[in-house]
Amino acid sequence: MTATIDTQTAQPGALSHAGTRVGARPTVGEVLAVTALLLLVVAAIAPWLLTPFDPLAISPREAFQVPSFTHWFGTDESGRDVFARMIYGTRPSLIIGVAATAIGLVLALILGMLAGLGPRPVDYAVTRVGEVLFALPGLLLALIFITITGPGVVTSTIAVGIATAPGYARIIRSQLRAVRDAPFIEAATVLGRSRFTILRRHTLPNAIAPVFVLATLGVGQAIVWAASLSYLGLGAEPPAAEWGAMLNAGRTYISTAWWLTVFPGLFIVLAAAASTALGRSLQARTRQVQS
Amino acid sequence: MRIGRWVLTRALGGIFVLWAVATLIFFAMRAIPGDPAEAILGGPGSQASDEAITQVRSEYGLDRPLYEQYLLSLGRLATGDLGTSYALKADVAGLVGELFLSTLILTVLSLLVAWAFALALALWATRGGRIGRMIGSGMEIIAAAVPHFWLASIFIVIFSTALGWLPPISTPGPLGLVLPVLTLAIPLAGFLGQVMRESLTDALESPFVLSARARGESETGVRWRHAIRHAALPAISLSGWAFGSLISGAVVVETVFARPGLGRSLLNAVLIRDVPMVTGVALISALAFVLVTIATDAIDRVADPRLRSA
Repeated sequence: MTATIDTQTAQPGALSHAGTRVGARPTVGEVLAVTALLLLVVAAIAPWLLTPFDPLAISPREAFQVPSFTHWFGTDESGRDVFARMIYGTRPSLIIGVAATAIGLVLALILGMLAGLGPRPVDYAVTRVGEVLFALPGLLLALIFITITGPGVVTSTIAVGIATAPGYARIIRSQLRAVRDAPFIEAATVLGRSRFTILRRHTLPNAIAPVFVLATLGVGQAIVWAASLSYLGLGAEPPAAEWGAMLNAGRTYISTAWWLTVFPGLFIVLAAAASTALGRSLQARTRQVQS
Repeated sequence: MRIGRWVLTRALGGIFVLWAVATLIFFAMRAIPGDPAEAILGGPGSQASDEAITQVRSEYGLDRPLYEQYLLSLGRLATGDLGTSYALKADVAGLVGELFLSTLILTVLSLLVAWAFALALALWATRGGRIGRMIGSGMEIIAAAVPHFWLASIFIVIFSTALGWLPPISTPGPLGLVLPVLTLAIPLAGFLGQVMRESLTDALESPFVLSARARGESETGVRWRHAIRHAALPAISLSGWAFGSLISGAVVVETVFARPGLGRSLLNAVLIRDVPMVTGVALISALAFVLVTIATDAIDRVADPRLRSA
């Protein structure tokens, strides 16, 4: 590395990719993703705006109705409206996804910062631990955690967080390492800033910004994971209208009442795909330091 | 010389990972509430007598201090003795070997199918201009967002219930593999496809492709002889990760299709606290992960000459 510092790249956040399009017009995909997410947020905050039915009202005489104009997505084994249950299920499902991602990111930030900023032995130790956790199937970590703490919404959410943490930690570490060697850090050192100031003003903001993008990408996967655990009977339990639990309840009737399985799954795909699409376009728009 | 050192470092690293996994599982399984002796006798429902519990405790060394039990179990594992399954009363090494073969067939086929899908999608999407890119990335994102258990259910509804073409339960023959393999492959193809398309796009815009075009190479030649190598590299590196995620996926897929394998046994073993079985499954999946990672690194070095000097 030469001692000359290019003023272009010496400013924080200036390591941007040639194709950055921070202020570019939104694409069709972005509009679709944001619309879908906004609808899901409305469903989570005010579900009664989107459906006239009560998600828990049982009426056995209306059980197993095929999708119709009254019941868009049909009714389940107790005559409850499937669409209403899906809308009301948005809140717990999204909260689980967001909370699990937050837990995973906090764990990963602690590990990643220890490895990325700590002295070499610490980095070595944390990286080895990460390797071990990475070598185990993520679901195994989640399963063991749930068996220790007992099944339920809270434990399965934490379990998903734990299972996703090693992957995030690895990215955060390499991000911190990349920023640490960036020209603008060198410039700040040359200007005589203290180590703490550099860390607070330059290293962290530049390394952490991509983490928020990761979080957007992660929420979708966390929802899928949490739903899988509910499906295996380890997460939210019926009659809760969480999407995974609804699918688990519907699996008994799969050969006769397909709509109990098909529609709740579509919502999971919609939520996960929309958050992934948003995360990816944020990534393209804010791409800074490439690891 | 350099290759010898590389192999040695990787082998030592692999042994460290296996030791750490064995240790983690040993203590994690101890943290599960309940008496291990009771789990050996068939769980809380078995109403085991006090004498039976005392006998099992001394037989399995559960009355000794924890560190002694840990060292004993490590010593046994080091000699290749995985112990006897609590629930199935059979040798874990034999059981796990058999289950691993079944899961290996499933995961390797899924990985290959996912690769084929992802590559086809990447090649097609980079050819179609802006619209092709949009459709391509949309398909990747949706494929990656599909939960395994839901895809499995949809496949069963369409191909088993409605059309009657394929069995809803994974039967031993090749027909029984179709739905489980597709279920595992499609979400993975979404992830791999995203990576492959991006690196293919980058490669097609790079100077060496321009010079190949200038030499009069056909578009097909440029793609197959030059660009594809670059597109494949990041996806090869991802295969280690992909293999691990396939084993997680296998837990769900094997359960839905009632197919015997590592994933389904792992779920059952953790639930009934069958320590030797959980350890066996964890060790073999960690070993597989380590080997796949080493293999992909080796393939990387062959496919990318730049890495060899590093």
